[in-house]
Amino acid sequence: MNNPAQLMAGKRGLILGLANDKSIAWGIAKALHAHGAELAFTYQGEALLKRVKPLAESLGSDFVLPCDVTDENSMDEVFAAIQEKWGTFDFMVHAVAFSDKEELKGKYLATTRDNFLRTMDISCYSLTALSQRAAPLMNEGGSIVTLTYYGAERVMPHYNVMGVAKAALEASVRYLAVDMGNQGVRVNAISAGPIKTLAASGIGDFRYILKWNELNAPLKRNVTIDEVGGSALYLLSDLGAGVSGEVHHVDCGYHTVGMVGIDAAEETAELLATLKGKASS
Amino acid sequence: MSDVADRVKKIVIDHLGVDEAKVTETASFIDDLGADSLDTVELVMAFEEEFGCEIPDDAAEKIQTVKNAIDFIEANQG
Repeated sequence: MNNPAQLMAGKRGLILGLANDKSIAWGIAKALHAHGAELAFTYQGEALLKRVKPLAESLGSDFVLPCDVTDENSMDEVFAAIQEKWGTFDFMVHAVAFSDKEELKGKYLATTRDNFLRTMDISCYSLTALSQRAAPLMNEGGSIVTLTYYGAERVMPHYNVMGVAKAALEASVRYLAVDMGNQGVRVNAISAGPIKTLAASGIGDFRYILKWNELNAPLKRNVTIDEVGGSALYLLSDLGAGVSGEVHHVDCGYHTVGMVGIDAAEETAELLATLKGKASS
Repeated sequence: MSDVADRVKKIVIDHLGVDEAKVTETASFIDDLGADSLDTVELVMAFEEEFGCEIPDDAAEKIQTVKNAIDFIEANQG
């Protein structure tokens, strides 16, 4: 799919956190590729390599690097490889998060110290750690995008410690935007509505969150990875040149809603009825 | 063999890239067909998509063989 307006022509960037063709990072990668971007990808572990490699190849990229964001050396090696191959680069997509599945259900109150720290490390600090290494290599006009979720701003059932980590991630975006602004690099977050991804399958009763959003978002549906890709393209290209430190909602408008939509009341009631007896223990 | 069984097997063959002959009803995704833990989640998502059904978390954890999948889908369809 060739686009006459190649918004990313001549731009090169790194995508971290692709898992499979349902990933939000995949929607973003496709949109960037369609606009002429040259892409590098990272993977964590062999199980993800076998998924990421063919996807990268399908977008004409054989630049696929291992990266464990909890390991300083591993991150150093990623940027050393980028420096060697590209010299400098233009954008980075951070789509990395982790928490123990057992704590993405039930109560936030039950969060353990170990999982709290691990979740914050992988889902929040990693953006800062990667940005530190990216900064010296990024061209003026560069752009970084991370992914967050409304659970950072308001309580969503079962999102728990991940919501706390995403809140810290959103604050990191603002601080990084200031620190990298001097060199003309922008840092933003996309707060995507719920999407059925591999990562989301770890969130307890995720299908209820999906259905609730579908019924109550102003657009009366859920967002797609391609739509998130379009918004990321805007933030990563020069179209978003005046935007930094922003948390941009790509959620079919759900974050604007204060109450169940009257027109969806009946279906919402049916959804609620299926939750009867599921009060979290 | 039921239509559901055929469709389940086709998904398993395509997703895991295994020989049709190996995909027997008693075959375990992980032990017999070389699936990793991400594959098992992806298979459940693929079944949901194919059959337009919802497989709740607790049921998904119990779907470990081809037969488990067929039984769940047949019991919960339509």
